[in-house]
Amino acid sequence: MATASAITAEREHYLNADYGFRSWLLTTDHKRIALLYLITITFFFFVGGFFALLIRLELLTPQGDLVQADTYNKLFSMHGQVMIFFFLLPAVPAVLGNFLVPMMIGAKDLAFPRINLLSWYLFIIGGGLMLYTMLTGGVDTGWTFYVPLSTAYLGTHVVLAAVSIFIAGFSSILTGLNFIVTIHRMRAPGMTWGRMPLFLWSNYATSIIQVLGTPVLAITLALVGLERMFHLGVFNPQLGGDPLLFQHLFWFYSHPAVYIMILPGMGVVSEIIPCFSRKRVFGYEFVALASIGIAVLGFLVWAHHMFVAGISVYSAMVFSFFSYLVAVPSAIKVFNWTATMYKGKIYYSTPMLYAMGFIGLFTMGGMTGLFLASLGVDVHVTDTYFIVAHFHYIMVGGMVMAYLAGMHFWWPKITGRMYPESWGKLAAMTIFIGFNLTFFPQFILGWTGMPRRYHAYTPEFQVLNVLSTAGSTVLAVGYLLPMVYFLWSLRYGKEAGDNPWGAAGLEWKTASPPPTYNFEETPVVTWEAYNYDDLPKEVPVVG
Amino acid sequence: MFPNFPIWPVRAATSASNLDALFIFLLLVTGTVTLMIFILITLFALRYRHDLVDKPTPILGSLALETTWSLVPFGIFLIFFVWGAVLYFQERTAPPDSMEIYVVAKQWMWKLQHADGQREINELHVPVDRNVKLIMTSQDVIHSFFVPAFRLKQDVLPGRYTTLWFHAIRPGTYHLFCAEYCGTQHSGMIGSIVVMNPAAYEAWLSGGGGEGSLASTGQKLFQQLGCGSCHRSDTQGRGPNLVGVFSKPVLLEDGRTVVADENYVRESILNPGAKIVAGFKNIMPSFQGVVNEEQLLSLIAYVKSLQGSQQAEPVSNRPAVPNTSAQPRVK
Ligand code: HEC
Ligand SMILES: [Cu+2]
Ligand SMILES: [Cu+2]
Repeated sequence: MATASAITAEREHYLNADYGFRSWLLTTDHKRIALLYLITITFFFFVGGFFALLIRLELLTPQGDLVQADTYNKLFSMHGQVMIFFFLLPAVPAVLGNFLVPMMIGAKDLAFPRINLLSWYLFIIGGGLMLYTMLTGGVDTGWTFYVPLSTAYLGTHVVLAAVSIFIAGFSSILTGLNFIVTIHRMRAPGMTWGRMPLFLWSNYATSIIQVLGTPVLAITLALVGLERMFHLGVFNPQLGGDPLLFQHLFWFYSHPAVYIMILPGMGVVSEIIPCFSRKRVFGYEFVALASIGIAVLGFLVWAHHMFVAGISVYSAMVFSFFSYLVAVPSAIKVFNWTATMYKGKIYYSTPMLYAMGFIGLFTMGGMTGLFLASLGVDVHVTDTYFIVAHFHYIMVGGMVMAYLAGMHFWWPKITGRMYPESWGKLAAMTIFIGFNLTFFPQFILGWTGMPRRYHAYTPEFQVLNVLSTAGSTVLAVGYLLPMVYFLWSLRYGKEAGDNPWGAAGLEWKTASPPPTYNFEETPVVTWEAYNYDDLPKEVPVVG
Repeated sequence: MFPNFPIWPVRAATSASNLDALFIFLLLVTGTVTLMIFILITLFALRYRHDLVDKPTPILGSLALETTWSLVPFGIFLIFFVWGAVLYFQERTAPPDSMEIYVVAKQWMWKLQHADGQREINELHVPVDRNVKLIMTSQDVIHSFFVPAFRLKQDVLPGRYTTLWFHAIRPGTYHLFCAEYCGTQHSGMIGSIVVMNPAAYEAWLSGGGGEGSLASTGQKLFQQLGCGSCHRSDTQGRGPNLVGVFSKPVLLEDGRTVVADENYVRESILNPGAKIVAGFKNIMPSFQGVVNEEQLLSLIAYVKSLQGSQQAEPVSNRPAVPNTSAQPRVK
């Protein structure tokens, strides 16, 4: 190890191969593009988080006293739009996926490196427009753009926000396309589908949704823009349109989008749990196929967002049934992850803590989803804080935990440096506690009847709201910690070496940070995924 | 204990009691499984901590286990599904004897009209132990009528009617919230439902200064707008006789049959060309922009009140519906 680090100092890799702004802004190296995305989405994460904190502060008291009603509506709208379209959707695919997909299959780059760069530019243009929207007065449509409110009643930058998301959507489509082609065409010799790491399976499933679903969102937003500007009567009943048509189109994309956000996170967890249990993942085929099952079934459940919207009783029943069906593959995954730990040799490293936290919080998010899929219950809790809590358990408790798990797991590979382990654990615990304190009370708030998107509320809801706000400050501290120590580690972190976790997977068989073309020579794969039986039993760094 | 810290909403309608049973069942089942997973994870993490284990035991998987943990959850899900669907079906099927109240939502208030003519804003008085059906529409954007104490919620849409029914079991005053984000004062679009004992309710009814029943308001309007010149109560009108039409199947020019519910009558008035009654010409003018939502509701109430004599078939100048087995369906 010691000699290896000495050599790393002069070795050429993707970070020092070239210097200067041009070398970054015109790069076609998937690893550099991943870092460009990382910087962009981290920025948006903190912007969205800032809005969230203001929302929580307003809700400390029942009266709407901190900000005006209109401002509050803008805050939750922009919080949602920024977090979903500019953080959650791209987080794992565009950062970790971009970095890892080619490395995990033993390729030099993605199939279309320039299109990959184009994706980032589209994202930047969309993100820039979103920033412009925010700076020039914002938008108050919610993230859902419901009509006819958005097309005929609001005076804010609805079209601008729609255009910004429209453009960012194409970045998502192109990334998905790139992954699909890459995984089909560029696998190293011996890397069969059955040997692919589960991270690839789940990113593949995600890509399918991105390519098939996102265009529908684009069309829907375009129609919103056209109706708003030219009074095209598609959605507004006063112009002869149908507001439920909008909801069908919107959720046809936006339910599967939930899986664009969570599937890649599941992929991350499927890498980390075997590594820190030092054994092969339990039921590989089932976990892999569950991803595909989720992607396919995920397209058949959209109207579960519309059970009280005025759809027919019978179609509601069909959608309720399919919603239960899509819950099965998720349950399969949770059981398999848990079983993987059985008779393992378990290391409580930071990524593993996050991964275990993910299982816990995702399970709670999933279980409360079972409440919502049940028609009678949904009628009462939909559009209340119960929904808010449910999807934050999936998106933040699940997805953000998985993203952070992945960032800690692959940070040594990305930067060649270790982050400080004890700080890592402290942050993981802080986030877990802060998260539950913030969002658990919201389940009770929703069940007792507090509607979502309320600027002011009736006094009996205050105690739980205060708890939630208190939790959100803990959560904020938890999120700032990694930000600080990751930056610190760039300079002061220990040298990581090629494979600090003793992990399986091709990305660990090359140097950290990897050379520009990833591998000195194209690897030939002769082993199954997660061949921990053939690897050292100890985790070198922690053990 | 904590007077201002409820963790369970009050139960003030039959729908609430029904739902709470399902909710408790869901809590118990999902709670048990979640706990089981948490315990297993903790147990494995402690028992197989790296320094307690020399070598991990390789296990590839188990088809038996995979089948079990796919099928057993699915079986349980089916119970959730069926139970929830049954409740939903009940919640959405108003008993025929329900008293009807009309709701017009607008940014940012609730306007409520009783059949007897009383009008209220942001407050709805109803008797306990009666089936009450709300027929709701919006003047502008989508709102949602939400009463936590009844565990009921229904979106209120512009351009059509949606309905909701309940059977209150406990006198008291309960929250009415708008649950669909509807613009600036969304959180101010709240009101209350006052459930009263029958005697108190009667007193309230007679005290309110109603200007005649909703149907009689509708009748006046019907004459003022000249509807009566075409829709006569004999067989001589240029338009179909409206007596006895409501909630019955109507044969259309294109051969389809539709049930004359609130949405149909609404469409007939605002957009008469959309569905032409068999045997008639598309000569009825549109009243879009002429009547507002409340006037429209009174016209509908009037059309509803034209039920003819109970014994004899009402006089009709239209072709009969061929399929006599077609039952009127109440949506
Ligand atoms: C110029 C004559 C005319 C006037 C005035 C008129 N209607 Fe009509 N109406 C018709 C004709 C003809 C039809 C059948 C053809 C159709 O469905 O459009 C009809 C159909 C209807 C129907 C559907 C009846 C059914 O049997 O299915 C309703 C309800 C109705 N009108 C209500 C009204 C009301 C309320 C007004 C006044 C606001 C009104 N009409 C004014 C001619 C008229
Ligand atoms: Cu959904
Ligand atoms: Cu409203």
